[in-house]
Amino acid sequence: MATINVTRARAREVKAAARTRQRVPLGRRVRRHATGYLFMAGAVLCFAVFSWYPMIREVIMSFQYTNFAGNTKWVGLENYRHIFADPGFWAAWRTTGLFTLFALIFGYAVPFITALVLNEMRNARSYFRLLVYLPVMMPTVAAAFLWRWFYRADNTGLFNQILNFLHLPTVQWLQTSHIVSTLCLVLFSTWINMGSGVLIYLAALQSVPGELYEAAELDGAGALKRIWHVTIPQTKLILSLMLMLQIVGTVQLFLEPFVITGGSENTTSVVYLIYQYAFNFNNYGDASALGIMLLLVLMVFGGMYLWLARRVEQD
Amino acid sequence: MDRIRQRRTLAPALVACTALFAAAACSSGSGGNSPAAAATNAPVTISVGCEPPTSSTAARQGWVDDVKAFEKLYPYITIKSDDANPCDNPATFNAQLASGKMDNVFYTYLTDADNVISSGEAVDIQKYESQITDESDIQTSLLNVYRQGNTASGDLYGIPTGNYSLGLVYNRSLFTQAGLNPDQPPTTWAQVETDAIAITKLGNGIVGYGDYSAGNTGGWHFTAEMYSRGGDMVTSNGQSANFDNSTGTSVLQYLHQMRFVDNVMGTNQGLQYNDLLQDMASGKLGMYIGAPDNVTAIHANYKVPYTNLGVGPMPGETATLVGGSGYMFNKDDTAAQIEAGIKFVDYEFMTPGLGQFNYARMASLGQPVGLPEPEMWDGATAASNATQVAKYANIPTANFATYVSALPKMKLVVEPPQAQAIYAKGDAVMFSVLTDPTANISQLLSTFTSQTNTILANAQE
Repeated sequence: MATINVTRARAREVKAAARTRQRVPLGRRVRRHATGYLFMAGAVLCFAVFSWYPMIREVIMSFQYTNFAGNTKWVGLENYRHIFADPGFWAAWRTTGLFTLFALIFGYAVPFITALVLNEMRNARSYFRLLVYLPVMMPTVAAAFLWRWFYRADNTGLFNQILNFLHLPTVQWLQTSHIVSTLCLVLFSTWINMGSGVLIYLAALQSVPGELYEAAELDGAGALKRIWHVTIPQTKLILSLMLMLQIVGTVQLFLEPFVITGGSENTTSVVYLIYQYAFNFNNYGDASALGIMLLLVLMVFGGMYLWLARRVEQD
Repeated sequence: MDRIRQRRTLAPALVACTALFAAAACSSGSGGNSPAAAATNAPVTISVGCEPPTSSTAARQGWVDDVKAFEKLYPYITIKSDDANPCDNPATFNAQLASGKMDNVFYTYLTDADNVISSGEAVDIQKYESQITDESDIQTSLLNVYRQGNTASGDLYGIPTGNYSLGLVYNRSLFTQAGLNPDQPPTTWAQVETDAIAITKLGNGIVGYGDYSAGNTGGWHFTAEMYSRGGDMVTSNGQSANFDNSTGTSVLQYLHQMRFVDNVMGTNQGLQYNDLLQDMASGKLGMYIGAPDNVTAIHANYKVPYTNLGVGPMPGETATLVGGSGYMFNKDDTAAQIEAGIKFVDYEFMTPGLGQFNYARMASLGQPVGLPEPEMWDGATAASNATQVAKYANIPTANFATYVSALPKMKLVVEPPQAQAIYAKGDAVMFSVLTDPTANISQLLSTFTSQTNTILANAQE
C-alpha cells in the first residue's frame, strides 16, 4: 500500500512538472534546446530521406501501376490481387517458411552450442574463436560463389569430390528436391553467419555468475542439467533477442537463392521475388505490394513476440 | 484575412501566374513533338552515352580519337561523352528514364525501345530519318524495333547500332578429338544430338551439349529454341502464350532425351549465363547456344585461343532470337541537337571503316576483327563492310563461316513481350526437364502457359 501511494505521489509530481513546462512558451523552449535540435537535424534529415520517405513511397506505390518510366496510375488493390494470383507468390512463401524453420533448427542452435563448447575450453579458446569468426569476415557474395562450386552436382564440386574420396555415392545437392536444396542454403547461411552469434552468446555466457554453476554441481547436476537450469535461464534475454533477430533476418532471404541457385529448384524466396518483380519485370507496383505484405507479416510476428515476452516477464 | 493583407497576397500571386503563363507560351514544344527546324551550323553541344570506360583502354582511346576527328569534321558540334557503365543497367534504367536526366543521345537495348517510346521520354525523329546514313540498307526488322508499334509504318524514335543473333558456339578442339569436322558444325538438332554423343564419348568429364535453366536464362534459351524450330512464344497479337503445342513439346523432349537417354549434358544443371562460358573455356563442353560475342568474352576472360572456338548457325536454320542495342534521343533535345546526334551516331556506329567499324585501328591495337556481329545491314553497305572485315581480320573468320552464310536465310525474331517475366517462369520448366527423369512435359507446358497468360494479362491492364 505504501508503495502504491509513493507511486501515485510520484505520478502527480510528474504531471505537475509537465503542466509547468507547458506554461513556458514553445519558442523559448526551442531556443533553450536549439543546439540539441541542430545536432539532431542531420540525423533526422538522413532518416527522413533514406528511411521514412522510401517507406512512405513504397506504401503509395503498392497501390499504383508504375515502372518509373511512363504513366503512373492508381490501381487500388490490383497489385495485391496480381501477386496473390501468381503461383510464384505461394511458392516463395513456402520456400521462405521452410528456410526459416531450418535456420531456426540449425542456424539458431548451432551457434549457441558452439558457444557453450568454446566457453568450456581452457586452451586455444582464442584460436577457435577466430576460426569460427573467419567466415563472417569473408565477402558474402564471394563466399556464396565458392559454395556454389562446393555444391556442383558433378564430380568437380568439393563436396562430391570428398564423397568420391570416401567411396560414397555423390549427391546432386541443389537438384535433388526442394527440401535438400533449402537445407543446402541453410548450411551456407549458418556457416557464414554463425561467428557473430557465437561471440554474442560467449559474452552472455561469461556474464553468468560462476557460483550458480558451483551450486548446481554441488546439487549433483550434470552438464546438460546445468545448461538447462542455469545457462539458459541466465541467458534468456539474449536468447530471445537472437531468436527474434534470427527470424527477421531469415525471412528476408535473398542472397542465397540469387547467387547460389538462381531461383531454381523452387528456391525463390519472398525477397527474391520482390527483386524479380522490380528489376526483371519492371513492375514496381507489384514489388511494393509484396514488400508491404512482408512488412505486415514481420510486424505481426514482432507484435506477437513482444506480447509473449511481456507475458513471460510478468509470469 | 483583411483586405489590405488580401491585396498583399494576391499581387505577387498574380505576377507569378503571369510569368508562368508567359514562360509556357514562349517555351519550345516537348513531350513527343518534334522540335522546329534547326539553324544550320549554329554551335551545338550534345551529351552521348556509352563511352567505353577507362578500364577498356583501347576502346576508350578509340572513342576519344573518334570524338576529336568528328569535332574536326563538324567544328560547330561539341560532344560531351558520358562513360557511365554499364551503359544500360536494366535494374536502374527505368528510374533513370523517369528522372529525365538521360543524355541527349542515350543508349538503349532493343528490348527497352517500346518502353521508352511509350514513356514519352524519347523524341520522334521520323522527319530526320533521311539524314541517317544508308538508312535503306539497315535491316528492316532492326529498324522496326525503334518504330512506334514496331511496324514499318510507325514513326521512328531511335537508330539501331548493334545486334547479335544466337547461334551454336562450339569447341573446335573437341570436335577434332571426337573425329568430327570442326569446319562443319551441326545445322540441325538431330546433328547436334549425334555430335554431342560423339563428344561425350571422349570421357574425362567432357559433356557434348549444355543448356541453361536458372537466372532467367533457361526461359531465354527455351524461347530461342522455340524460334529455331519455327515456333513462337506468343500469339501474333501478343496477348496469349503460343508454345503449348508440338513445337514446345519437341524442345523439351529433345533436352530431356539428351540429358537422361543420351547422357550428353552432364549432371550439373541449374546453370546461369556465365556457367556455360566457363565450361566452354575449361574445355569440358562441346556445344551450347550462344551469341558470337561469347567467343571474344571467353578469349578475353579465360585466354582461350580463337582457333579453339567456332560459331555455327542456330540449329534448324529457320529463325533465331535477336538482341542488340541502339541510340534514342532525349525528348528535350532541340532540332540542332537531334541532327548533331544523328551525325555522330552515323559517324561512330553506322559507317564501315569509321568508329566502331574502324577495322584498321582495331587490328593495329590488337582488338579482334572478324566477329560476325553486329550484322545490321543488307545490300551495298553489308558488302562494303564484309570487304573491310576480310581485309583486316585477325581472328579466324572461317570459324564463323557457317553462321554468317546461314544468317541471311533465317528469320530474326526479337524477344516476346514481358520477356523477363516469361523467362523467369521458363526457368522452372527447363530445370525440371534437365533434373527430373520423370518430368511430365505436358504438365510443365500447361503450367508455363497458364503463368505466361497471367503475365500477359497483367501487362495489358
